[in-house]
Amino acid sequence: MQIDAKEYENASAYKSLIESYAGKPEYLLAIMQDMQRQYNYLPRLAITMIAAHVGLPVSRVYAMASFYKAFSLTPKGRFVIRVCDGTACHIKNSETLLDQIEKQLQARPGETTADGLFSVETVNCLGACALAPVMVINGRVYGKVNRSDVERIIKEYGGQSDAN
Amino acid sequence: MQTEMNLGSDDRQTVLVCCGTGCTANGGREVFNAFETSLQDHPEIQVLPVVKATGCNGWCEKGPLVRLLPRDITYCSVAPADVDEIINKTLLDGVLVKRLLYRDPVSKEHLTSHHLTDFYRKQHKIALRNIGEIDPGQIDDYVQRGGYQALQKALLGMKGQEVIDTIKASGLRGRGGGGFPTGQKWQACRNASGNTKYIICNGDEGDPGAFMDRSIMEGDPHTVIEGMILGAYAVGASHGYIYVRDEYDLAVQYLRKAVDDARQRGYLGNNILNTGFVFDIDLIRGGGAFVCGEETALIASIEGRVGEPHDKYIFPTEKGLWGKPTVINNVETWANVPVIVLHGPASFAAIGTANSKGTKVFSLVGKVVNTGLVEVPMGTTLREIIYEIGGGVLKKRSFKAVQTGGPSGGCIPAELLDLPIDFDSLTEAGSMMGSGGLIVMDDRTCMVEVARYYVNFLAGESCGKCTPCREGIRALLEILTRISEGQGSIGDLDLLEDISFTMQQASLCALGRTAPNPVLSTLRYFREEYLEHIEQHRCPAGVCRALSIFYIDPEVCNGCGVCARHCAVNAIQGEKKQAHVIDESICIHCGECYRQCAFDAIKLR
Repeated sequence: MQIDAKEYENASAYKSLIESYAGKPEYLLAIMQDMQRQYNYLPRLAITMIAAHVGLPVSRVYAMASFYKAFSLTPKGRFVIRVCDGTACHIKNSETLLDQIEKQLQARPGETTADGLFSVETVNCLGACALAPVMVINGRVYGKVNRSDVERIIKEYGGQSDAN
Repeated sequence: MQTEMNLGSDDRQTVLVCCGTGCTANGGREVFNAFETSLQDHPEIQVLPVVKATGCNGWCEKGPLVRLLPRDITYCSVAPADVDEIINKTLLDGVLVKRLLYRDPVSKEHLTSHHLTDFYRKQHKIALRNIGEIDPGQIDDYVQRGGYQALQKALLGMKGQEVIDTIKASGLRGRGGGGFPTGQKWQACRNASGNTKYIICNGDEGDPGAFMDRSIMEGDPHTVIEGMILGAYAVGASHGYIYVRDEYDLAVQYLRKAVDDARQRGYLGNNILNTGFVFDIDLIRGGGAFVCGEETALIASIEGRVGEPHDKYIFPTEKGLWGKPTVINNVETWANVPVIVLHGPASFAAIGTANSKGTKVFSLVGKVVNTGLVEVPMGTTLREIIYEIGGGVLKKRSFKAVQTGGPSGGCIPAELLDLPIDFDSLTEAGSMMGSGGLIVMDDRTCMVEVARYYVNFLAGESCGKCTPCREGIRALLEILTRISEGQGSIGDLDLLEDISFTMQQASLCALGRTAPNPVLSTLRYFREEYLEHIEQHRCPAGVCRALSIFYIDPEVCNGCGVCARHCAVNAIQGEKKQAHVIDESICIHCGECYRQCAFDAIKLR
């Protein structure tokens, strides 16, 4: 993967975020989390800068980035749809929600729509089991949703009603 | 909002709006805002009601919940539009809004308070004692209910060793899953050599279907902090960490404020309660990896490494965080500590069974009428929890199994419903306590699919360091997938057991050693269902898509059209009030119609 030219423009912003922490390995996770929160992914340039700051090889930072689910190496869509697939949601057929999302947006979990508007993810449990099945879009929780609710909600965010 | 308010102890009225994750999703925050706004328009109200956002009441099913004190009235499923009516009728005129009261499904009576419902009456709250009663953002609320008194008692009148003796005498065992005696763990850390020691609170609640720890961190953060300070005093630690799951935004927010407030009041810092005792807490957000609930992996994660566990020939109590003696306990364990220290070990030890003392919080979810958090004495039977507190199986379907212990646990069948649950009885039944998820499953839940679901979950979460876990889980998943697609053979069942045995014996950490539990427990109790998948190519629950062919019984179908409306692919046709038909060439076998039909007109071939 190449470093995007845009990433160089952000270099000073990355730098000030990284340097708000002391250059020690114990702050690695926290720096990466801040970066992820700020940019919705870990820019490649930022990863090399983080590694240099905490004094670790790039491979160590990359290992963290690929190990923990909180991190993404590619930019995510403007709206991140997270469908809970915890046990309570699973046995209440969260799969049906994913079917509907795929039908409307042509995106399976882990994918981002071509227009960059939506990313689809599954999460293991949001801890809102009493509301199963649950779906979250950019932090807003939708509980007890069925297929037609999903269709309506996605439309509210600017998705097509039915792409077929 | 005022902070110096006495909760319900003076004549002013208090409005409590549950703003836990469950109620917030149902609009709890909007209801809270509506109260704040509307009350500003009512200067004529003599007694100024205080609006407080509280943590999760546990009764998420009926949220958003609004409670009115001191009269102890609970309104369920409140919408912002109901707020003016509550203010005008109840707060001003003292009249109940009947339609917002909970209606007992059996007696059909309207109950004025949630305390009168079976869901609450049969519970015994220790860890959850303050949740829903206090505003988690206000340290004074916690103090007013006896908070930080245990700390004063310990720091001003007890030696560290006496605190450990108290915990030992209470019989408290770790609530995170394994059930290790807490006092013994603390003793090992206290006895370990070295001056630098650490305390960790494991808030990386990863079991899908469980939210006990989230609710405690969101609803009563100070009890966790007080428990940790007591633990630190007992073992001689000067620094602590709370490792919180990344997904739990609200918990992080409340914990952060609670730590700051505690520091300001002198409960944390360099001279706690002017005794010279030093202890402080940092908050760490997890990276989102289930294996980090394992203590050695959690330590690796705090140290800024990939969360891979290592062998435990030497326990973290001797060599833990940065090689120093470390005590790790889970959120619920810490929440019990202040109560035990304040009231003494005897009252805690009086609750529970011979080897499991006190209470346990369960998250009762799945196909059950009342979902939510439930705290009961150890030794309560599954039947009492599911039927008396939980109100039975949803839609009056038949009970098939209850899953306990998350991905490391197992499924317990109907014949064991009268099992009194504690750490040991669940292990004997082939499951485990785990952190306390109870997921109720009915006859429309496929046990092969449940096993496949958990193994699939673990396949994504195994860190990949040791071979038995990494390869074993993959093999289990492959076989279970094959069976659920109708491609299994009889020999597969022996193969599943063989691989499971190897994983139990040879995996490095508890994740791998317990990973086969969902497979083994379903094989033990639901072997028939596996055989039906393999021999008859049929999924009796109508879940496995490759093995479920649905048709509509024209004798039963009344043409209501619900199935057609729910069909994602428009495979169901029919005139209104006439029997409908499924077009086999379009049907994707998702089973949505089967589940939606209220007349059981859709059958499984």
